[in-house]
Amino acid sequence: MTWIFENWARFWEVTEVHLRLSVVPVVVGFLLAVPLGWWASRSPTARTILFPLANILFTVPSIALIVITPVLLGVKILDEINVIVPLTIYTVALMVRSVADALSAVPGHVTAAANAMGFRPLRRFLTVDFPLALPVTIAGLRVATVSNISMVSVGALVGLGGYGQLFTEGYQTDHTEKVLAGLIGTVVLAVLADGLLLLAGRLLTPWARAGR
Amino acid sequence: MIEFRAVTKRFEDGTIAVDELDLTVEAGTITVFVGPSGCGKTTSLRMVNRMIDPTSGTILVDGRDVMTVDPPTLRRGIGYVIQQAGLFPHRTVLDNVATVPLLSGWDKRKARTRAAELLEIVGLDPAFGKRYPAQLSGGQQQRVGVARALAADPPVLLMDEPFSAVDPVVREDLQTELLRLQAELDKTIVFVTHDIDEALKLGERVAVFQTGGHLAQYAKPAELLSAPANDFVASFVGRDRGYRTLTFLHADVPVHPVATAKLGERVTVTGWILVVDDENRPKGWLSGVDGEVEVREQDLVSGGSLYDGTSLRGALDAALSSPSALGVMVDDAGAVSGVVRADDVIQALAKARAAGEVPK
Ligand SMILES: Nc1ncnc2c1ncn2[C@@H]1O[C@H](COP(=O)(O)OP(=O)(O)OP(=O)(O)O)[C@@H](O)[C@H]1O
Ligand SMILES: [Mg+2]
Repeated sequence: MTWIFENWARFWEVTEVHLRLSVVPVVVGFLLAVPLGWWASRSPTARTILFPLANILFTVPSIALIVITPVLLGVKILDEINVIVPLTIYTVALMVRSVADALSAVPGHVTAAANAMGFRPLRRFLTVDFPLALPVTIAGLRVATVSNISMVSVGALVGLGGYGQLFTEGYQTDHTEKVLAGLIGTVVLAVLADGLLLLAGRLLTPWARAGR
Repeated sequence: MIEFRAVTKRFEDGTIAVDELDLTVEAGTITVFVGPSGCGKTTSLRMVNRMIDPTSGTILVDGRDVMTVDPPTLRRGIGYVIQQAGLFPHRTVLDNVATVPLLSGWDKRKARTRAAELLEIVGLDPAFGKRYPAQLSGGQQQRVGVARALAADPPVLLMDEPFSAVDPVVREDLQTELLRLQAELDKTIVFVTHDIDEALKLGERVAVFQTGGHLAQYAKPAELLSAPANDFVASFVGRDRGYRTLTFLHADVPVHPVATAKLGERVTVTGWILVVDDENRPKGWLSGVDGEVEVREQDLVSGGSLYDGTSLRGALDAALSSPSALGVMVDDAGAVSGVVRADDVIQALAKARAAGEVPK
């Protein structure tokens, strides 16, 4: 703990990097997963393509994906893109299923009623289907966020910032306090992000607790 | 007015759900589609607002071919109520009711004011407006469903088994409420049910569908009962159809005077005496004690159903359910106006038949 206070500027700097490297993929991945999940919820063909693909991508070890990304994208080895792209892929792989399941779980009589009242497809999606899918979607988002926060550390192995740097440096110089600082940072960040999403979910879906 | 002209629906798997349907739903009436499960009632209904498109034939709503109208626009002008109400769980009751006005571009305040009005029209406390659908009973949700369908004041209302998921008592309330609403609003209503009693109670005209999507008979309720078009209709309208026919007969039955007494009075009872309250409303019967007695609450035998002077069915039922075999007739205020006898009802029926008032 004392290391954190004595090196506050450094600690804060890696925290910022860590946050950026984990939050950007969650946001981008989420934005990609929503239309893909919507597609999968309506089309059996989309499901037979997307779900196995998502499963395969998820089994690829993160270090392999991080190492191979610069080769595939032709970017510099130290570019943050090398962590952001793989983690975005993981987020999409994880979220596509949540979003698709959540949208499929919207009761048929509710969507039928919406159609019967004259909703056009986009408006129905934005104001009926998606809000009703939010509780399950947010649960998926929490898993994706927490796992991203833990995975960002792997980026240190290819020289990128974040708490992972504290792990590698601490390990190389036999500096346990530094490793511990990275660990504490990761856990605190994960707990905070998870709590924030939980809270946001509650505020966005007051109806989900009505009638219990 | 809704016209089905030679409408056929064949689904992709080859099922013929509706077969050459020709039928006209008159404006301002409740028309009921009734029939066994799978006979094509829902399919027929959903072709009106294009939730399903016909394979062949034409459907006209107020003279306009529905296939020429873009579905969302068409649907905003046609109210739709379904069995589970289909309310939006994530919106308050008020916002649920305001849905179609908002879709049609009304401003939020006006839509909400209209929604609050509608809650009252369907008999719900406006305080329910703030709740979510999950916080209402099934019957209340169904009322909200009706309010939502009426919000933009559409001339046509489609109702698909709207009351079949609630218990019999609530169902009766909702049916009575619908008739009351219709008397005020004068909509063109198509109501789907598989319950023949509901069909006969609500329908000004009833279309009986037969499995395979055939229209077996389209007639007024009294005619369905007295002159079913075929054996299918006869068996579908049920064993009691002779008795049910009485519902639609309003012939006069002789009303006899009846001896009455009030609680606390001393009376001499021979046979039965009707005990009434201070407003002359029936409380029960007192029987067979000889000599003078005081009329006491605990000695009363409770009475049968009351006859309100409308149908022969009510008269007969009042007589049959009364312990004294005398059916109590009451006026609008609920005060006793006399009694009717079962044999008089049978005679009135015979007279009505001879006069040709019972449809053949
Ligand atoms: N999408 C569909 N694809 C194939 N067949 C269908 C489809 N929808 C309905 N059907 C069939 O069409 C027939 C009529 O169905 P419909 O839903 O109109 O019956 P219904 O009279 O409303 O029955 P219920 O009283 O059970 O609601 C049934 O045999 C049904 O199985
Ligand atoms: Mg049906």
